Amino acid sequence: MKEEIIIAGFGGQGVLSMGKILAYGGIMQDQEVTWMPSYGPEMRGGTCNVSVILSDNKISSPILSRFDTAIILNQQSMDKFENQVKPGGLLIYDPNGITRHPQRKDITICRIAAVDEAAKLGNAKAYNMIILGAFLKKKPIVTMENVLKGLKKSLPVRHHNLIPMNEQAITVGMNAVEDI
Amino acid sequence: MAEKILMKGNEAIAYAAINCGCDGYFGYPITPQSEVMETLMKEKPWETTGMVVLQAESETSSINMVYGGACCGKKVMTSSSSPGISLMCEGISYLAGAELPCLVVNVMRGGPGLGTIQPSQGDYFQTTKGGGHGDYRNIVLAPASAQDMYDFVDLGFELAFKYRNPAIILGDGVIGQMMEKVELRPAKARRTDEEIKKLCASWATIGKTADRKANTITSLALEADVQERFNIKLQKKYAEIEANEVRYSTYKTEDAEHLIVAFGCMSRICENVVELAREQGIKLGLLRPITLFPYPKAAIDALVPQLKSIMSVELNAGQMIEDIRLISNGRVPVNFYGRQGGMVPSPEEIFEAFIKTIK
Amino acid sequence: MDIKDIIKPENKVYGKTPLLKDAILHYCPGCSHGTVHKIIAEIIEEMGIQDRTIGISPVGCSVFAYNYLDIDWQQAAHGRAPALATATKRLMPDKYVFTYQGDGDLASIGTAEIMHACNRGENIVVIFINNAIYGMTGGQMAPTTLLGQVTATTPYGRQADLNGYPLKITELIAQLEGTCYVTRQSVQNPAAVRKTKKAIRKAFENSMMKKGTSFVEVVSTCNSGWKIPPVQANKWMEENMFPFYPLGDMKDR
Repeated sequence: MKEEIIIAGFGGQGVLSMGKILAYGGIMQDQEVTWMPSYGPEMRGGTCNVSVILSDNKISSPILSRFDTAIILNQQSMDKFENQVKPGGLLIYDPNGITRHPQRKDITICRIAAVDEAAKLGNAKAYNMIILGAFLKKKPIVTMENVLKGLKKSLPVRHHNLIPMNEQAITVGMNAVEDI
Repeated sequence: MAEKILMKGNEAIAYAAINCGCDGYFGYPITPQSEVMETLMKEKPWETTGMVVLQAESETSSINMVYGGACCGKKVMTSSSSPGISLMCEGISYLAGAELPCLVVNVMRGGPGLGTIQPSQGDYFQTTKGGGHGDYRNIVLAPASAQDMYDFVDLGFELAFKYRNPAIILGDGVIGQMMEKVELRPAKARRTDEEIKKLCASWATIGKTADRKANTITSLALEADVQERFNIKLQKKYAEIEANEVRYSTYKTEDAEHLIVAFGCMSRICENVVELAREQGIKLGLLRPITLFPYPKAAIDALVPQLKSIMSVELNAGQMIEDIRLISNGRVPVNFYGRQGGMVPSPEEIFEAFIKTIK
Repeated sequence: MDIKDIIKPENKVYGKTPLLKDAILHYCPGCSHGTVHKIIAEIIEEMGIQDRTIGISPVGCSVFAYNYLDIDWQQAAHGRAPALATATKRLMPDKYVFTYQGDGDLASIGTAEIMHACNRGENIVVIFINNAIYGMTGGQMAPTTLLGQVTATTPYGRQADLNGYPLKITELIAQLEGTCYVTRQSVQNPAAVRKTKKAIRKAFENSMMKKGTSFVEVVSTCNSGWKIPPVQANKWMEENMFPFYPLGDMKDR
C-alpha cells in the first residue's frame, strides 16, 4: 500500500495537524511515513499545504507533483492542485468559499461541508477532524483505532481530554461526505 | 524495538544532541532551522543531562561560543541556515586552524544574499571547499532523512573528536522541515570531567595543573615556516580523513549504464527517477554521497567504465558536478540538472531532463 | 656581606611571581600591558587558582598574553573573547574565566559580544585596556581615540564630524543590569597599580559569587602609538585621558 496525499487550505484550518495525525496513524500500523509542509512566505497567514505519504515500503521522494488524493479547502488550492491528482485518484473538497468547482471527469470527486458540520457540532476546532473523517470514509487506509492512537501521540497530554470530541468529529465527517 | 517518533529533521537534531551527550548548544534563530533551538529550549536538557543551551546575540557570537566550548574539550554545536553559516565561516576557519572539534548544522536555504527560506543545496562549494579563509576542510555529512539528521549528530561528534576538526551536517529545508519517523538510539551520558581530562588534557583549556605545561589554543603563527609546517600537518590529516571516512550508498548501480549522482533530499527524489527510467527499460542507477568531504571519488571512478553518462542533480547552479567531472576526467559525459533559489524539482521533471541528455 | 648572603631567602624583599613566565615581553618599553599582566599573575598566585583559571586573549598587542602567564589560554578571533568566555564559564562554572581585551577588540569590532555578555551577566572578568589607539597595527584611530588626537588614520586629529566621538563604552557597560562591578583604573604609578590590583582581585572574587559580570577598564599608555616617551606618555594620559575617562568605581554591588 502506498498513498500520496496533498492537504491544502488556509493557515489556521488545521491542515498541518491533520496531516500529522494521519502520519502518526500510519506509524501506529507500522508503515513508513513522510510529512512535508509548505513553509514558505505563504505560511504567514496565507495558504498552507502539506504532503503526506503512507507506505508499506521505504519512501523515496517526499516531493511529489502527482497525488493519489487531494484534500482541498480553499479556492487557491483548488486552482493549484486539481490537476495534480492522478487519473483515477480522489479529490475531496469543502465547498465553503469555493467559486469554481472541480471539473475533472477522470477522478472521484467528493464534497464535505465541514464548515457547516463543525457549526452544527458547535466546535469550529473540529473542522479538520471532520475532513479527516471524510477522507477515511473514502479511503480507509488507517483504522479508527490507529487514528486515535496517533492523536494521542501528537497531542500534548494536557489535551488528551479532547480525544473523544475528535473521534466524534471524525465520525461526523465519515457520515457527511457525499460523492458528486 | 526502540521507540519510533514522528518528528521534523530539525527536531531530530535537537533530540539527538541531548541523547548523545552533547555539552552545549549555542545558536541564533533563522528559518528554516529555528526548531532546533526551540526544541532544545522546550526540552530543558540543563535539568536532565546538564547540557547548556544558549541563544546568542548573533551567528558570529554562536560560533565563537562554540570555539570557547570546544577549547574546553566539550561536545559543543550550533545550527543555522545559509546566511547565518556565511557569518560563521570566519569562526569555522579559526576552529579548523586551532584543530578544535565541533558540530555545525546547516539547514540550507536559497541564496545568494538573504535569498529565500526554501530548500537549496547552494552551499556545497562553501562547505566542502572551506568557506572561510585559508587551506582547511570540514568533515561534511549530507543527511537525506530525519533519521540521518538524528544519527549524524552522534556520528559528527565522533568524527570531529577523532580528527579534532569541525564536522558539518549539510542538510536543507526539505530534510529540516519534513517529518518522518525516527528511531531513538540508546542514550550516551555526557563525558565526565575525568573523561575529558583523559581524552583532551594534552590540548584542552581545562585548568593548568602542576603535572603539565599550560595549554594554549590559538590559530596564530607569525613565522611563515611555522605556519607552513602546520598547514602540511593539516593536509596530512585531511588525507587520512579521505582514506578512512568516505561514506556513500548506491541504488541499482550493478548493471547501470547511466548514473545519477545526488546528495541529501535530491538523492531521495532521484530514487524515484531511477524507477521511472527502469520502467522504460533504461538502466539508470543512483550514487548518493553521504560524506561530501571526504567525497566518494573511488566509488564513482570504479563505475565510470560501465557508464554511458553521468548526471549530477543538485538544488543549485551546478557545484558538485565539478567534483564529478574531475573524477570522470573526460571519460564519460557528465550532465547536469538543477533547480535554484528554493525550487525543488519532482521526479518526473528530473526524468524528463535526464531523457534529453541521453538522446 | 658577599653575594651569597644577599640572596638568602630571609633577605628577599621582592620576588617575581612564578605565574609570570620567563619569556621576554614583546611589549614596547613603557607600555602598560606588562604591568597589568603582572597584576593578574600575582592575583592568580595569591588566590591559588592557577589550575582553575582560563584566560582569553584578544587580537591586538596582547594577543600573545598566553606567552607570559602560566595558565591555560584561549586565543579568540578579533572581538569575540566574551563569546568564548561565555561558553567556557557556562560549561565549566567552577573555573575563573577572564578576557583580556584592548579598545579596538572590545569597543569596536567586539561591541556586540561585550554588550551581550555583560547584559546576560556572565560570571566572568573582563580586563579592558584602553590606550586610545590601535597599537599592533601601527597606531590607527581607536573607538576611544580622543577628539583632536593624532593617529595614523586621523593625521590631522580626530574630528567628530568625520570620525565620530570617542566611545565611553565603560559608562555604557555600567548601565547594564548584568554587570555587578564596573570600574576604571590606571597603572602609571605605584599607588595606581595597587588600586588596580585591588579592583582586579575583587573582580576575580566576584566571578564565583554569581553576581554577574565584573568589568575593569585600565586607562593605559601607548608611547609607540602616541609617539612620545614613556614618562611624557604618563603625563599626557593624566592631562588628556583622565578628564574624559575619569577614574573610579562606576558600579559595585
